[in-house]
Amino acid sequence: MQKTLRCKLFQFRPLLFSALFFTLFFSQSALAGGDLRIASMGEPASLDPHKVSGTWESAVVGEMFVGLTAENIKAEPIPGVAESWTISEDGKTYTFKLRKSNWSDGTPFTANDFVYSMRRILLPETAAEYASLLYIIKGAEAVNTGKAKPETLAVKALDDLTLEIQLTGPAPYFLELLTHYTAYPVPRHVLEKYGKLWTKPGNMVVNGPYTLVDWVPNTNIKLTKNQEFWDAADVSIDNLTFYTQEDRTAVQKRFRAGEIDIALDFSSDQINWLRKNLPKETRIAPYMGVYYYPINTTKKPFTDLRVRKALAMAINREAIVDKVLKTGEIAAYSFVPPGMANYDKGAEVDWKDIPYPERIKQAKALLKEAGFGPDHPLEFTLRYNTSENHKRIAVAVASMWKQIGVKAELFNSEVKVHYADLKQGDFQVARAAWVADYNDAQNFLYLLETRTGANNYGRYSNANFDKLMLEAEGTADLKKRSELMRQAEAQAMADLPIIPIYHYVSKSLVSQKVKGFIDNPKNVHRCRYITLQ
Amino acid sequence: MLAYTLRRIGSAIPTLLFIITIAFFMMRLAPGGPFDRERQLPPEIEANILRAYNLDKPVYEQYFDYLINIMHGDFGPSYKYLDFTVTDLITTGFPVSLRLGMSAILLAIFVGVFAGTIAALKQNSVFDYMVMGTAMTGIAIPNFVMAPLLALIFGVYLSWLPVAGWGGGAIAYQVMPIITLALPQIAYVARLTRGSMVETMNSNFIRTARAKGLNERIVVIRHALKGGLLPVISYLGPATAEIITGSVVIEAIFDIPGIGRYFVNGALNRDYPVVMGVVIFFALLIITLNLVVDLIYGFLDPRVKVE
Repeated sequence: MQKTLRCKLFQFRPLLFSALFFTLFFSQSALAGGDLRIASMGEPASLDPHKVSGTWESAVVGEMFVGLTAENIKAEPIPGVAESWTISEDGKTYTFKLRKSNWSDGTPFTANDFVYSMRRILLPETAAEYASLLYIIKGAEAVNTGKAKPETLAVKALDDLTLEIQLTGPAPYFLELLTHYTAYPVPRHVLEKYGKLWTKPGNMVVNGPYTLVDWVPNTNIKLTKNQEFWDAADVSIDNLTFYTQEDRTAVQKRFRAGEIDIALDFSSDQINWLRKNLPKETRIAPYMGVYYYPINTTKKPFTDLRVRKALAMAINREAIVDKVLKTGEIAAYSFVPPGMANYDKGAEVDWKDIPYPERIKQAKALLKEAGFGPDHPLEFTLRYNTSENHKRIAVAVASMWKQIGVKAELFNSEVKVHYADLKQGDFQVARAAWVADYNDAQNFLYLLETRTGANNYGRYSNANFDKLMLEAEGTADLKKRSELMRQAEAQAMADLPIIPIYHYVSKSLVSQKVKGFIDNPKNVHRCRYITLQ
Repeated sequence: MLAYTLRRIGSAIPTLLFIITIAFFMMRLAPGGPFDRERQLPPEIEANILRAYNLDKPVYEQYFDYLINIMHGDFGPSYKYLDFTVTDLITTGFPVSLRLGMSAILLAIFVGVFAGTIAALKQNSVFDYMVMGTAMTGIAIPNFVMAPLLALIFGVYLSWLPVAGWGGGAIAYQVMPIITLALPQIAYVARLTRGSMVETMNSNFIRTARAKGLNERIVVIRHALKGGLLPVISYLGPATAEIITGSVVIEAIFDIPGIGRYFVNGALNRDYPVVMGVVIFFALLIITLNLVVDLIYGFLDPRVKVE
């Protein structure tokens, strides 16, 4: 019996060896390449980089396109299509030397591709929501508003591999801005061939590390390595699948079941469970966003600084971040989040260090001065867009205001209605938030400029603030510019047209086998740097 | 019967026009527009976008443009899914919802009718109470509780089935969504069948059938069920329309690329063309299925004449 068995095994020896060989071979190659599955937390509106506007879209589109500059593993700007560049002394003219590269269909990439793309996003017919981000380029605003021809845009191809861009003012964040999807190139030869259908699988041509394989709306998007990408040799992961499911609890279950390697968000109410059960997978990091309550400075009694200040002082931010949110958010005493690039130290409110009970006393006194008291309480509506977290915060804030005799009625509406009303100025105090498009303090502070219009919800208008911001815009010297912006923020923090509540954190679930996912304030993680172990 | 069918189809056109008109203007009356969001757009850019979608025209003009377009089969682009037209979204999503929905309905019919009939025949027995008790639980537990519960047990703990996803339509991915969809339907069908079977079994023609000395099985299957199923059939018409057009909850939890989400998300996003598209589609389905139900009635109940 034993003998026969051995004989049989002996007969199968070549098969066993080859099986062993294949197992080893494939496990080796799995180490080098592999498939990465990411929950990107939202269905992209489009894969056309000129038509998107969200972080969940950037996560996908950013794998397929590379601009003049690109992000490194920590999301800092590094050379992208541009190999090197020179900046004129006044900081307004950038000359980029492009590397020799190809589109994914093998067509050579030239500087004219950038000229075409930047004109395209600014054309009114393109109806690009985010075109205004490029207004720093000379002539951009005029083209976008239909006042000038696209040829007047100051983006010029000096030769096939040299591109010159002129700006309206020195913008130290410009190289960083060029990593944004609004500045991605799109393939003219493909757009002209397929028109609107150019983003369909099979038609789409890209210049980034990954190219489109398949897109099932509301389910997943599959990408595969672009062999024409100039740095393809250093890209480890072969295939990417983006799951667009938004239900955070369901995504968390898929992550636990090993169906997803990276989830780019999780539900805050799961934090205790996650900290206990998946401590190594749970990632929380500061993120460049602010959660705040704009106050309508054009409506009485909010025209009175004492009223605004009393409301701002009476909020116990530490209680909100520690007891309500619990995911490591940072209590905000300034508008600009800490750690923004080109900004030494933000200006915080001057009452930050006053103990909370003392602040409540002062706030009561301020309201009394402004003419409010027990017989004549301050009453108004606090608006927020429907969401569990916004509600919890609003309830907490309203109860804190109650201590100083303020009666805030809570009013929630769905997001479209909320922001339509904010745009019209139809609110008293409301919930809002801002996540920066690029890592620069200016991207927050400009929200409070008079000329900003609709995004300045509370219609704050202060001549000194506007003057400082305008001056900063024309200043090339980084130190001086930072100081001017700090002064502007100090002005705003004295006037309190907005109540900063907390600074955001990014929350992700990252499997332990994923290497090269480095937490960063932009929360941008390009897969060309990721490996699987 | 052909004349009847044609007449019914003819009468559907004004109904449909009425539905389109009401939905179109209700959508425009809702506050907030498709491009209102956290980041307010500069006025020039908003103007560019409104012009690109013809939203800068007066509403009545948009309405007539829309009617002309849909007569040409053009349901317009989606404002939320810019790379897809409404027709794309419905034609890719509907087969998925249809597949899940039909499986769920068939499951509901088989299990529900069987359980309901047995319960009726053994009225007030332990089995009867058990079936009706389970049915009540099936109706009472909402799908947003049932779906995550199933996913947690069979997906995360037991690892028998994938937690979510579509997997190109593989069977394993369909099991939990179908069960979640079918459970309340099984319950409704079982209750309806039981109620109506109890009544039918006490009617004169059954007594006649028994008096003729027919075997009980033939009495139940050939005579009683035919009449007993009438209320179930009329329930199944609209229920099928509802189920095969997807469920936003199940699609969100199991990540299914169906069309259920477009009803709710389309409205929340003020994605006018998508909302209009699904409303028309749903109305057409309901009209068709009601017609089918009426035709089936003609076959099942000799007292009903379809003409």
